[in-house]
Amino acid sequence: MKPILTLAALVALEALRTRFFAVIIILLSIGFGLAIFVGQVTVIETLAYQSSLLAAFLRLSALYVVSLFVITSMVHEFNNHAIYLWLSLPMRRSTYFFGKFSGFALIATLTAILFGAALLSYVPYQQAGLWTLSLFCELLIITALSLLCVFTFPQTVQAFSVVLGFYILARSITAIQLMVQGPLSHSPSSADQLINGLVQLLAMLLPHLDRFTQSEWLVYHTGGVEHLLEIVIQTMIYIILLMSMSLFDLYRKNL
Amino acid sequence: MTKQPRSIRAVPKIVITLLVLSLFLQIAWHVHLPPPRVQIEKLTEPPQLELLRVFSFGDSVVSAKLLMLWLQAFESQQGQFLSYKQLNYSLLQHWLERILQIDPHSQYPLLAASHLYSMVPDTGKQRLMLDFVYQQFFIDPAKRWRWLAHAAVLAKHRLDDLPLALKYAKALTAHATPEMPRWAQEMQIFILEDMGELERARLVIGGMLASGELTDPNEIKFLNDKLLALEKHSKQK
Repeated sequence: MKPILTLAALVALEALRTRFFAVIIILLSIGFGLAIFVGQVTVIETLAYQSSLLAAFLRLSALYVVSLFVITSMVHEFNNHAIYLWLSLPMRRSTYFFGKFSGFALIATLTAILFGAALLSYVPYQQAGLWTLSLFCELLIITALSLLCVFTFPQTVQAFSVVLGFYILARSITAIQLMVQGPLSHSPSSADQLINGLVQLLAMLLPHLDRFTQSEWLVYHTGGVEHLLEIVIQTMIYIILLMSMSLFDLYRKNL
Repeated sequence: MTKQPRSIRAVPKIVITLLVLSLFLQIAWHVHLPPPRVQIEKLTEPPQLELLRVFSFGDSVVSAKLLMLWLQAFESQQGQFLSYKQLNYSLLQHWLERILQIDPHSQYPLLAASHLYSMVPDTGKQRLMLDFVYQQFFIDPAKRWRWLAHAAVLAKHRLDDLPLALKYAKALTAHATPEMPRWAQEMQIFILEDMGELERARLVIGGMLASGELTDPNEIKFLNDKLLALEKHSKQK
């Protein structure tokens, strides 16, 4: 347990030294500026417009900074050969992995809390709390995915591109599924059937991130415990899947 | 640990010359370019609903809000203000409808139709907007009644079209919900009175009183007084 905590503490220290939280504060300032601007141009539903656009901005910003932090930190570790040093110590590779993951998860937690707190000036605390927990779950999935990508493609551009592609697909897969259901499901063409099958397969394999961190909860106060339960279950399943894949890759890596 | 940068003398002269030269070239290039011309864009058909859903990345509420703000700012392009008359209202109606389809709880498109775009000095375009509000009212009368009530007022006072105002007022009464205030449900009485349809107005009041839905004694007294006044007025005629 101690090596895991040490590794996690080192990740947190790295975040402080690389001024990760300065970026968070800058993003929060930009977000508030955006909200004030939106407040000036709307005629009615001002709070709804401010909260939804601020939340969308913060959600994408959180994904961007956390994912980039995980990837650059790991790429740096590969480049300065620190990973070889860690793995030469008498500890299992899984300990190294869980230590790193715990550190990144801590950063994700702090990011989610700071961004969630920013919404408190626009929405009731229950909905802001639900949104924060959901953002935390989403960031955990993104953290695990970024780790997997960086073990597979140890270059920043490739790893981040895969994370971005995965995220966009995971958030739009339900809409794509609905799109192909109508015209393609009854088409006799084999190409259409292939596309339909591919979309169904993707929908089966991807987490349904479109159900996470909904702006609707903030605007119409529709979020409830049932949403949280669904999100937590999906997060647990997908994190275990991504961790297993990462460990499989890490154990097979000739380091 | 911060290191002091080296002296500017350490930079080769050729680098400084290139830096200054390229800066001047950039400025000269900018001056050489023709000044930007204002080209007003026309409103086009909104994207397909499915396409919008895909590009909403699972958060259609945000997309709806962004689209509405973009549409609201459409008449001020590159510092040039277009008049509402220059907008294609049939396309505008499609955009408002599409925004409501992806965010049905939003009231903003209905406010824009009934309060902003209906101010255009063109009765055809005004009617298009009012008709849009009328069509959309039936989807969610409990939340959208206020916009139709405003449309009825506009039809009566701005368009001087009492039959149209009556049509809207009748829809309000026919789809009354507990959230709807009595004045909105009673609008048709006053419109009928203005149209000189006193007998029909009396029938409407009579129906309201007989329905037993009214519980407020002041409301009942007001309608009774109105009924008596209408009867008196009918006899005088």
